[in-house]
Amino acid sequence: MSDAIIGGKDRIAKRFAKLKEEGRAGLVTFITAGDPDPEASFEILKALPEAGADIIELGMPFTDPMADGPAIQEASNRALAAGMHMRKTLSLVRGFRDQDHETPIILMGYYNPIYIYGVAEFLEDARNAGVDGLIVVDLPPEEDAELCVPTVEKGLSFIRLTTPTSDDKRLPKLVQNTSGFVYYVSVAGVTGAGSASNDQIIEAMARLRRHTDLPIAVGFGIKTAEQAADVAKQADAAVVGSAIVSKIAESLDENGKATDKTASMVTGLVRELANGVRNARK
Amino acid sequence: MTSSSPTLNSYRALPDPDGHFGNFGGRFVAETLMPLILELEQAYKDAKSDPAFKKEMDYYLRHYVGRANPLYFAERLTEELGGAKIYFKREDLNHTGAHKINNCIGQILLAKRMGKTRIIAETGAGQHGVATATVCARFGLPCTVYMGSKDIERQSPNVFRMRLLGAEVKPVVSGSCSLKDAMNEALRDWVTNVEDTFYIIGTAAGPHPYPELVRDFQSVIGNEAKEQILEAEGRLPDQVIAAVGGGSNAIGLFHPFLDDKDVEVVGVEAAGHGIHTGKHAASLSAGKPGVLHGNRTYLLMDDDGQIKEADSISAGLDYPGIGPEHSWLKDIGRARYEPIGDKEALAAFKLCSELEGIIPALECSHAIAQVMKEAPKMGKDKIILMCLSGRGDKDIFTVAEALGVKL
Repeated sequence: MSDAIIGGKDRIAKRFAKLKEEGRAGLVTFITAGDPDPEASFEILKALPEAGADIIELGMPFTDPMADGPAIQEASNRALAAGMHMRKTLSLVRGFRDQDHETPIILMGYYNPIYIYGVAEFLEDARNAGVDGLIVVDLPPEEDAELCVPTVEKGLSFIRLTTPTSDDKRLPKLVQNTSGFVYYVSVAGVTGAGSASNDQIIEAMARLRRHTDLPIAVGFGIKTAEQAADVAKQADAAVVGSAIVSKIAESLDENGKATDKTASMVTGLVRELANGVRNARK
Repeated sequence: MTSSSPTLNSYRALPDPDGHFGNFGGRFVAETLMPLILELEQAYKDAKSDPAFKKEMDYYLRHYVGRANPLYFAERLTEELGGAKIYFKREDLNHTGAHKINNCIGQILLAKRMGKTRIIAETGAGQHGVATATVCARFGLPCTVYMGSKDIERQSPNVFRMRLLGAEVKPVVSGSCSLKDAMNEALRDWVTNVEDTFYIIGTAAGPHPYPELVRDFQSVIGNEAKEQILEAEGRLPDQVIAAVGGGSNAIGLFHPFLDDKDVEVVGVEAAGHGIHTGKHAASLSAGKPGVLHGNRTYLLMDDDGQIKEADSISAGLDYPGIGPEHSWLKDIGRARYEPIGDKEALAAFKLCSELEGIIPALECSHAIAQVMKEAPKMGKDKIILMCLSGRGDKDIFTVAEALGVKL
């Protein structure tokens, strides 16, 4: 296997180094693997870097996404209904990686499908497919022995969510086994709900900077290019998820099937968001 | 991962400080909730060692819930089955008609201690929702109950009851529209309202410390029953039996008996249309260990780790998981778990109504059906103690439909 494909934390570090060089924040885009179907999802995935995504978060579909709002719940349901499962998610990444050796891919989701796959086998297959990091919503540091430690040992990043409830007492525990970047969930709530004010983000960034030198990506509730730009002034990256998967939902025909507009509607939004992020500090 | 220790001196010493029962349990929640769960754990520790908390709890259990409830000798059922003597622990005689209120009193007193001003809950059959709405009315706290739209349809009397009590009942239309989805939605509410909200979980499942604290609050069932059977028979029962959905009435009955080695412990799962049909709620008999709703436990799922929908005539058992302590008790062999299908439960429902003048809830009708299998195999000198966890008034529409009767 070519080293150019194998996943690892280096790809994430290189991407953030490049962003620093360019003097700008990055855009992290989220889509759910297999939404609305495996083929259309692959088309969308391939088109994301060119549209301006600096890092890609790929959702692993799950029946019970407890921390997600309606938009991402529905994306998960569409993917599962179209026959998506973990092995197909990994082959989606592999297909992407054959063409793109530089854009980091982070798998995001819930623990059960990984646990059932088998942690060691999953990490091996994910790394070989070109996955660079994991975000697993229902694994707090108290459960690090489950997946976080084996992931780090495998050379992949385990990216932690920090939240408005993460105070100075808790943050050291949150950043201790993390790598790649730190994801700041800017509002207490599910994905796609309200957004935080600029002042709240500035305050949170200052708090996080006291505890980590890793890049900080800020997400939850970012829907427009303006909001993305606001975040990009403060953070190292802005994460957009629900707005993008809502665009997928909007593009479907009356039977919920992908149309010839699906990929272009998504890339259209990603271009706008990328423009916002890229021009934020000018 | 912690492994279960085979050299335990007691079956009652768990969970460990991280909330593990052997390999089960744990704290698998979103980071936003972690500080809340740690805060709850601390508050519960403090409450446990505070005599004032116990005094308050005892006061409400006695004067509001109506405890102690009787341990009743089911004489005609015993005669009919011709074997072991059958005793019912009458949780159906509690205020609100089921065991759920025991736990709700405990949790709302905790919520008050913690200064929380809003309560949320999930409910399946509506019994936990009613119990939560009841204590919220009594203590003057606003209450939101999440309930699957499918359950709202089949448990309409309880929905109206909750509304009469001043609770807001929010229908959940995601997933299978039943208990697991109601729990997802309650977790989504909690993660959004972290400052003021206390989540009263209704069963002995979820992230640590819930399985422990729900068990402790429900152990009043087993503690009373133990005293009462000693008074009635001068000895412990040979077998304790209870139905398990999430498993709160069962763990409440079982826990005080776990170190009594001669007492056989039997949990009864809902086999719905039958295990072989795939349409059931028997996570211990037909599931495997996985992670959902904050804990590792036996779950119904497919090969990809996607959670399957459960199926049972009893909305209260219609859950694809089970409390983690039951998973542990199964794996170490201290308890056995048996499946009972819809039809057997219905037959037991009828038999108990006709012979004892007690209309049981469909949940514990599953336990009665198991008693109907166990008692005839046992000698007349043997004793079975079963938890009659709730009254069946809420189920009459479901039962009428199943029997083809138009009301």
